[in-house]
Amino acid sequence: MTLDVLYFAWLRERIGAPKERVETAAATVRELVAELVALDDNHAAALSDLSAVRVAVDQELADLDHSLDGVREVAFFPPMTGG
Amino acid sequence: MLVRVQQEEFDPASLLRGFGPGAGAVVTFTGVVRGDTGRMRALELEHYPGMTERAMSAIAGQAQQRWNLIDVAAVHRFGRLEVGAQIMMVATAARHRAEAFAAAEFLMDYLKSRAPFWKREIGADGPGDWVEAKSSDEDALSRWD
Repeated sequence: MTLDVLYFAWLRERIGAPKERVETAAATVRELVAELVALDDNHAAALSDLSAVRVAVDQELADLDHSLDGVREVAFFPPMTGG
Repeated sequence: MLVRVQQEEFDPASLLRGFGPGAGAVVTFTGVVRGDTGRMRALELEHYPGMTERAMSAIAGQAQQRWNLIDVAAVHRFGRLEVGAQIMMVATAARHRAEAFAAAEFLMDYLKSRAPFWKREIGADGPGDWVEAKSSDEDALSRWD
């Protein structure tokens, strides 16, 4: 399965890119994170503390155990600071 | 319902023209870039195009379900915003003020923590720290459970 993975704010900076296309067999967000962390040091550093990371699956907030079945886009970002 | 995400300035008066026909109460809130940290010149707001509009529409829809609103509006800017600049605005129209005030507070609480925006401080030397979410902002959501 091909997924677009997006990063925002300091996660984008630590990864070094706003977006990447990944080929994955991950069934859940948590499994995807494990694959991303294994890619290189930047991914490992950005995703080391998941308590500081929020996830959206196809543009809806989701948790780490969310299924990736049929999903096209996953985003990782820090807690939001709108308003 | 009016939901807008934009870089350019907005004019509250023109947005409110004809807003909430028949309403007895219109509450508006405008957020402004605060100038209290001394070195800070501006905020840079990043957002998640696509999700931002969806999240803001969903939050506005929840407010409409919860209170008997005649209309609701939410406008949020992104990009570089200087100290004193408008960041965002919410407006609610209802028959009576209690509903309009409550719905406006609900919108503010949710936009702060559930709309995908990230603020970073820009100082005289350039980009500084990302603004960290406050636990009090997250706690504010629980009062609406």
